[in-house]
Amino acid sequence: MAGSTNESAIKQSIIQQRKSADRKKLILNLVLLAILLIAPAVLYPVFLMKILCFALFAVAFNLLLGFTGLLSFGHAAFLATGGYTTGYLLSTYANVSTEMGIIAGTAAATVLGLGFALVAIRRQGIYFAMITLALAQLVFFFLVQAPFTGGEDGMHGVPRGYLFGLVDLQNNTAMYYFVLAVFLFGYLLVQRTVNSPFGQVLKAIKQNEPRAISLGYNVNLYKVLAFVMSAGLAGLAGSVKTVVFQLASLNDAHWHMSGEVILMTLLGGTGTLLGPVVGAAFVVNLEYQLSQGALGDWVDAILGGIFIITVIAFRSGIVGEIQKFMKKNLS
Amino acid sequence: MSDQYVLETRGLVKEFKGFVAVDNVNLQVNKGHIHALIGPNGAGKTTVFNLLTKFLQPTRGKILFNGKDITSEKSAAIARQGIVRSFQISAVFPHMTALENVRIALQSFQGNTFHFWKSGRSLESLNDRCMELLDSVGLTEFADTTTVELAYGRKRALELATTLAMEPELLLLDEPTQGMGGEDVDGVVELIRKAAVGRSVLMVEHNLGVVSTLCDRITVLSQGAVLTEGDYKAVSSDPQVREVYMGTASSTAEVTE
Repeated sequence: MAGSTNESAIKQSIIQQRKSADRKKLILNLVLLAILLIAPAVLYPVFLMKILCFALFAVAFNLLLGFTGLLSFGHAAFLATGGYTTGYLLSTYANVSTEMGIIAGTAAATVLGLGFALVAIRRQGIYFAMITLALAQLVFFFLVQAPFTGGEDGMHGVPRGYLFGLVDLQNNTAMYYFVLAVFLFGYLLVQRTVNSPFGQVLKAIKQNEPRAISLGYNVNLYKVLAFVMSAGLAGLAGSVKTVVFQLASLNDAHWHMSGEVILMTLLGGTGTLLGPVVGAAFVVNLEYQLSQGALGDWVDAILGGIFIITVIAFRSGIVGEIQKFMKKNLS
Repeated sequence: MSDQYVLETRGLVKEFKGFVAVDNVNLQVNKGHIHALIGPNGAGKTTVFNLLTKFLQPTRGKILFNGKDITSEKSAAIARQGIVRSFQISAVFPHMTALENVRIALQSFQGNTFHFWKSGRSLESLNDRCMELLDSVGLTEFADTTTVELAYGRKRALELATTLAMEPELLLLDEPTQGMGGEDVDGVVELIRKAAVGRSVLMVEHNLGVVSTLCDRITVLSQGAVLTEGDYKAVSSDPQVREVYMGTASSTAEVTE
């Protein structure tokens, strides 16, 4: 009898703890949302949109690296496929609306992601990474050679058009709030996914794959679905980015970009939801600041140095280290 | 015939590039038995486990589960049919709570494992069953503890609770007491005894004390082949067995590497 009352007391306190943790998270998220809503009044909207596009890209990448344990070294291919598909459709066909172009770009990246996943998923670790890199190089080659992509120059002058035929996206403020909405959609989708029953299985696979198999999970199916989702969201980021800058850039397809998203994610904190967002903001901002000054040619070297320091000394990334600090000192 | 054995292997062979790790093993596990697989290091015990659960592909031979040929099935399918294994190194999900560990096993029988749009709350209906299982291995108060923070013996208890959540018909335990002190060993022996009620167990074990108290039947492997088989008395008095456990004066002494 005493045991059962004790047990229910434990249960109660656990529920209380969970509730207060949930509330803190909610408040933090609301504060961040408020900052994002008023940000264009203070900062240049195009700069903010660049951050949001890369943040979505990194969030999508982190679904794989942080929550499934798969290191893709070919995510540039999805960013670029989304961007080029949207760019091509919007420049070529006047009757394709902006939102249709973005949906089509996302769909193209999703299908490409399925193709990549089916080829690569049977291999693990470095072999998986190398296969994704090789496939992404094929996509890069295609985008340079194909007659309709503008080769080295990329596609310029993509029209932003009207959202739902109503809102003029030439207006940077309108464009910003649209990008913010897309970003929030992607972020919340990933948040929902990692906390869902499916997300629990992904975590299990990441933490101990043989054990997950021995509990009856056909792990490759789960990995493929995670990969396809990640590729689709990366494509969405690329599509929106093309609309913002009115440019589908070959840079997006280069393997540098696959490396950069790894950097953003590790720097911000893998396996945390906010980490990739913070990492993307940090990298984009740093690149901008450096390009303004005398150190412009040193961007890659400085980013490389930061990367090394992060991997050696702050393996949890910015957000991960903050979380650790809060746990240690505030509970 | 097939009614008698829950698991049977016929002429099981595993070759690695000219090296025969498992050599023509015919193993029969009776229904309801706790069956031990013993032998010196490198005898092929863990390889046999890996073959049975298809973490490795057999070069030749057949594996029968309740008389049905499962040789060509995949690992996950074998687990779903009721053969669930543990691992030599405690197999837990380190950054999940104890409760979540058990829940992953229960979840695998639900239709929602691909539902990425559903709230995590939808899993809470499984929590009561999780608590029952944790209770059965004495981990009630650690339900919300992150697994990596649990002591070694408790991790092994958690692993057993997770395995039992699968309601396996045949439990494969790979060295369940490895690396444990005396008190923990007694605890695990009790847990296995409780868990074995109504099911069959095949275990690899180095600790002959555990084998003698727990197991109905023993198969001795040496250099990949079956050396002898029988109950503890018969096996421990076999001169061949003493010879492969060279230098072990007393057959009940714990054999270590």
